[in-house]
Amino acid sequence: MKKYLILLSLVVFVQLLQAQQSEIPTVTIKTLDGKNFITTEISNDGKPVILSFWALWCKPCQKELDAFNELYDEWQEETGVKIYAVSIDDSRSTSRVMPFVNGKGWDFEVLIDANSDLKRAMNVNMIPHTFLIDGNGKIVAQHTSYFEGAELELYEKVKKLAGKK
Amino acid sequence: MKHIILFCVLLCTYTNLKAQGITDGSRVNGSFQVDGQYYMPDDALGINDSVIGGRKLGLNGFGKITYTLGNFTAGLRYEAYMTPILGFDPAQEGNGFPFFFVSYNSELIEVTAGSFYEQFGNGLVLRSYEEWTLGYDNAISGIKVVYKPFRGVSIKGVYGNQRYYWEKYERNKRGLVRGADAEVDLNEAIGSLQSSDFRVIVGASAVSKYQADNDPIYNLPENVGAFAGRLNLGWNRFNFMTEYAQKINDPSVMNNYIYKNGHAVLSSLSYSQKGLGVVLQLKRVDNMSFKSDRGISGNVLDIGFIPPINRTHSYSLAARYPYATQPNGEMGMQFQVNYKIPKGSLLGGKYGTGLAVNFSQVNDIKRTALNDTTPVGMPGTLGYSSGFFDVSDKILFRDLNIEVDKKFNTSWKAVFQYMNQYFDIETLQGKAGKKPVQAHIAVADVTWRVNAVNSLRMEAQGMWTKEDKGDWAGLLLEYAIAPTWFFTLADQYNYGNPDADQRHHYYMASFGYTKQATRVALTYGRQPEGVICVGGVCRQVPAASGLTLSLTTNF
Repeated sequence: MKKYLILLSLVVFVQLLQAQQSEIPTVTIKTLDGKNFITTEISNDGKPVILSFWALWCKPCQKELDAFNELYDEWQEETGVKIYAVSIDDSRSTSRVMPFVNGKGWDFEVLIDANSDLKRAMNVNMIPHTFLIDGNGKIVAQHTSYFEGAELELYEKVKKLAGKK
Repeated sequence: MKHIILFCVLLCTYTNLKAQGITDGSRVNGSFQVDGQYYMPDDALGINDSVIGGRKLGLNGFGKITYTLGNFTAGLRYEAYMTPILGFDPAQEGNGFPFFFVSYNSELIEVTAGSFYEQFGNGLVLRSYEEWTLGYDNAISGIKVVYKPFRGVSIKGVYGNQRYYWEKYERNKRGLVRGADAEVDLNEAIGSLQSSDFRVIVGASAVSKYQADNDPIYNLPENVGAFAGRLNLGWNRFNFMTEYAQKINDPSVMNNYIYKNGHAVLSSLSYSQKGLGVVLQLKRVDNMSFKSDRGISGNVLDIGFIPPINRTHSYSLAARYPYATQPNGEMGMQFQVNYKIPKGSLLGGKYGTGLAVNFSQVNDIKRTALNDTTPVGMPGTLGYSSGFFDVSDKILFRDLNIEVDKKFNTSWKAVFQYMNQYFDIETLQGKAGKKPVQAHIAVADVTWRVNAVNSLRMEAQGMWTKEDKGDWAGLLLEYAIAPTWFFTLADQYNYGNPDADQRHHYYMASFGYTKQATRVALTYGRQPEGVICVGGVCRQVPAASGLTLSLTTNF
């Protein structure tokens, strides 16, 4: 009985809050070269931002970021969108992130959330998990998991935000 | 029951406040996840009613809420394990609010009272974190302060006790943890260095635990200190990181009550430019288990975190024999090269080809008896001696893996992997008398993009070994309609098991629906016995058969 009650109350709660619009919480993480990075620095001059959580052990995450990377030039030209990829790899592999990112040839900003502080603050339970943030820093959409083609739906939303559609 | 009432009261209060507009300018966020399993008897796998023990249902769930108003944040997490899913510690059973906090956060200072997670440097002397999929949580309850007096300088202090499932803290049972850490980014702190090509970050930590000595035999240290220093140097495309940690004598169940000091060192050197990345990592660990209860073993109450430095594999057969850190002693290295063969070249093709080579090996450390009459590791003594470079011939783990990822055209792409692994199953999984596993593993992961949003993915895997359970083959088919639906069929076949009666098929069917941050997945089938590892922690998973439902969302 208990279990069902918990489930029910949670579901109700979610319903109540659906209309809420959130911002990126203020958390200190790191840049690839080990500097502190406060999440309030995530910005793009009023243009949209994509924030995506990934890790070296997560294949779908890498496929998603590869797909972004392939389209990134085109996307930037059209909408000015900026991508931040937040690695949740812990100290086991943080020093492997930069060589990996460069080896992949990814062009976007990569940040390191080694103790999952930002992941927790943004309520990310599974990765890949991607957020779309508007020019005022509000989270307007998010999606967990990645399958081929999901980047197209995301980009439609980016275009809408950038007023290109 | 009282927890649920409390939860509902909070909920109603909030709804009320919201209706009255009192919460304007504030934000409420949260998430929840439920993983439920229904177990079925499966005679072939040896799972009958008596193995399940009448417990047909396993359920792990959590819900968390965070409330933010200006610089203040408050949050709590509810967890329920009724009963825990197979493979989780039975001590997880129960439900309640293990995690709650209030914090104030400004650019100058951050203060948290209640439960929190924290990591000093690489975590060698202090790391508290949680990993839901493993049921791991060593949150500290107490006070945390982060103070940033000047640009580029950050000072942290923590005080509290650690979570141990549902057991309440009692002063004379488990220990208290106190720690301080300072980090200086010289380029930020010193104006004239701001534009320098040479980047320097230095840090130091000190952690101490207090646990009363109630031991009838030994005179044990009640306060155990651990210290670490770290350095991060960057120069153009090179990066060097090192951290050294030392712990004073800390006899415990983990080290068989020896009085030796412990140490650990972790270093890495990397070079990278667009299209190429190279990294070399080294580490040494000697007697470095650091828990806030000396009488406990297992994945609980860890104060420090010794990261394993080998690749975490994503494909299931590649991850069948995962390495876990040996805190009592190990010496290892890892080397990795990532290279992107440029577009337009012979091997690069139209889209370029990704290439990754990774090698890691971990050996035991060499321990020398202190004198002729004291055997190595004898309780109540200094245990043994081992010089900084003393490495044993005994290989615990070795992994050579090569990965190629290739996009052929707009509809076909693939990832290919080959791995050669050596796994000392006797030491790492406690399977006495078993020979080390030497395995070849190959994976092909091919994706066919049918049209813009429909895709079919095929994953074929093979593992060839003469040891343990012998050869395996696996095939997985996954049809996805992005970004919403997926349907998966898979089978893993242990066709080479030396015991002909154990050559089972582990078939599985799964489908799932995702909308925004909400994901529901239902899986039916068999799960082979194995080990799941995330970060440095692993969990044994018994063979099981049944239905699994996973639901996750946030708000």
